[in-house]
Amino acid sequence: MRILVVEDDKDVAGFVLKGLREAGHVVEHASNGRDGLFLAASESFDAIVLDRMLPGGIDGLRLLETLRSQNNHTPVLFLSALAQVDERVKGLKAGGDDYLTKPFSFAELLARVEGIARRGRGEGPVTRLAVADLEMDLLSRTVRRGGEKIDLQPREFRLLEYLMRHAGQVVTRTMLLEGVWDYHFDPQTNVIDVHVSRLRQKVDKPFPTPLIHTVRNAGYMLRAEAP
Amino acid sequence: MSLTTTLQMLSRGRFRARRRRRTTPMFRSAGFRFGILYAALFGLSALTLAAFLWWTTVGLLDRQTDAAINADTQGLAERYHEGGLPALIETIDQRLAANIDDNAIYLLVGPHFDRIAGNLNAWPHGVTMDTNWFELPVQRAGLTGVARLHEFNLPGGFHLLVGRDSHVRSQLRRLLTGALLWSAVVALALGTLGGALVRGAFRATVADVSATAAAIAAGDLSRRVRIAGTGDEFDLLAGAVNDMLDRILRLMDGVKQVSNAIAHDLRTPIARARTRLEDAAIHATTSEELHAAIDRAQVDLDGVVGVFQAILRIAEIEAGARRSAFVTFDLSALIADLAELYAAPAEDAGLRLDASIQYDISFYGDRDMIQQAVANLLDNAIKFSPPETAVQLSLAAGDEGLRIEVADRGPGIPEADLARATERFFRGEQARSTPGSGLGLALVQAVATLHGGTLTLADNAPGLRATLALPANGMNTAS
Repeated sequence: MRILVVEDDKDVAGFVLKGLREAGHVVEHASNGRDGLFLAASESFDAIVLDRMLPGGIDGLRLLETLRSQNNHTPVLFLSALAQVDERVKGLKAGGDDYLTKPFSFAELLARVEGIARRGRGEGPVTRLAVADLEMDLLSRTVRRGGEKIDLQPREFRLLEYLMRHAGQVVTRTMLLEGVWDYHFDPQTNVIDVHVSRLRQKVDKPFPTPLIHTVRNAGYMLRAEAP
Repeated sequence: MSLTTTLQMLSRGRFRARRRRRTTPMFRSAGFRFGILYAALFGLSALTLAAFLWWTTVGLLDRQTDAAINADTQGLAERYHEGGLPALIETIDQRLAANIDDNAIYLLVGPHFDRIAGNLNAWPHGVTMDTNWFELPVQRAGLTGVARLHEFNLPGGFHLLVGRDSHVRSQLRRLLTGALLWSAVVALALGTLGGALVRGAFRATVADVSATAAAIAAGDLSRRVRIAGTGDEFDLLAGAVNDMLDRILRLMDGVKQVSNAIAHDLRTPIARARTRLEDAAIHATTSEELHAAIDRAQVDLDGVVGVFQAILRIAEIEAGARRSAFVTFDLSALIADLAELYAAPAEDAGLRLDASIQYDISFYGDRDMIQQAVANLLDNAIKFSPPETAVQLSLAAGDEGLRIEVADRGPGIPEADLARATERFFRGEQARSTPGSGLGLALVQAVATLHGGTLTLADNAPGLRATLALPANGMNTAS
């Protein structure tokens, strides 16, 4: 994927660039709003990582508003130290697709960038999801693995659906909480882990190869083959 | 004189000077003004009373005497007109004989002021022709007395003097003057005393307020203005001042807590992370050891970030900035979702989560905040519950509004700590050893306040019962 990072902090930018490149993406960098807007408007990207507070007269919000007014719908992930809920709402209203506050973990950033980039590609309505021998029918709301029917609670179904839609990607606990439960806070206890482990009991336990993998310090990933 | 004594004297002098500056000059003192006002009012009413008394007694007597003299004179004049001088003389003698009180005075003199009739020996000095009424000492039967006299000129150069001895009247007047003088002295004394008392009472009340204020300014925040318990205006003032001081104390405590927290709760994990990294930098021999140290430091720093986020979120809620995010939502569904989310971790911890949720309750408020508040209560309940017990979650609508209740069978919170449990960074004895920031209940409290509700913590005998009471329709009804 081709990703543009607009970030003025050298350390943060260096860290993000390095990480994204290691993850196999092609990355461009702009260290101020003007360069960022120029790059974003003149070239084509799969996703943009955008800081809110930028030097050069154009801050992140204005950059995005300008971009959207030119009918450019490149998915944008805001990366900002402005953590208040109102700020988050402002960012999303301006046309941002996701909002991540600093300090952040790289795994979270990567997962979210890949998430919005894929969403941006526009997959169209899906009625059937499949990963290896695991199949999910979204119309009849049934799950089968190797032809064998698996009974899931509604919430377990949605959790598995989310994992399958993001198959091959790291999905963080926060993303699951937001995507499956629509919660925007961090619970103190490991509620997500408990729910994932219950899902594993039904989806992985009776079968020889596990599909749901734990990614250390990050979250989970549903994928066919072992790493 | 030794140097120390000199210094002591100097410092004592300075202390006295400072004290003097503190006391208000007498005439600028409001207490003194009130005292003077009281004394003046008291004196004025005493004076009015005295004047009235004088007018009604002495004045009446004067008027009666004058009326009697007038009537006498008129009678005598008529006699003179009817019978001439002999008739007048006869009448005078008759009247003198009939005068039992021996207070009537008559004197008829010829053109050369030689006595013709009457009980005065000679025309008294001082009776001039200018006026008709006199108040003069007269010599009568060898005795000197004061008399009220009326001089009357008769045709033919005769002069008639009619009068009354004012002996009784002057006695009364003397008596009354004496009495009034004494009462003036007493009134002055009473007025001064009363004024001093008023001033003293005023000073005592104000002095208590100002002494309290001074003590607080000097740093003793525990001082309060004394309330006399009479429910008067001063008590109202004292109550208001005390309420203000309580609020200030709470705010000060809040600031203190947060600074303590920054000093301790945030420094500790930062220091730990730093130590781990430094230790790894010096002693780690393998890359695994290095990675492990970095991972642990990362966890510590994530904890710090979490605490920061929680503090900021509470501040954000307390500032009321979140009101813009208020919407009407299905509270029953929200609680049911939370029950489902937490049922699994509860079961894993060997607990049962019993949910009793009244359906179709909608609420106007901040959805995310209510979620987080109830989640915090459930987090706590599950964290502190011993295995094989039940955590109860309930939502019910009553006459007084909505009640969201989370009850557990854990150790609860000791009576003494209940009031402080919602303070930021407060951690009870048994909570010290568990993970957590001590901000969970503070956030619930802030959310409750934001929605015009309350958070009540109570003993569940055993365990803790946390009740989040919210207004029936959320802030819709309040605004």
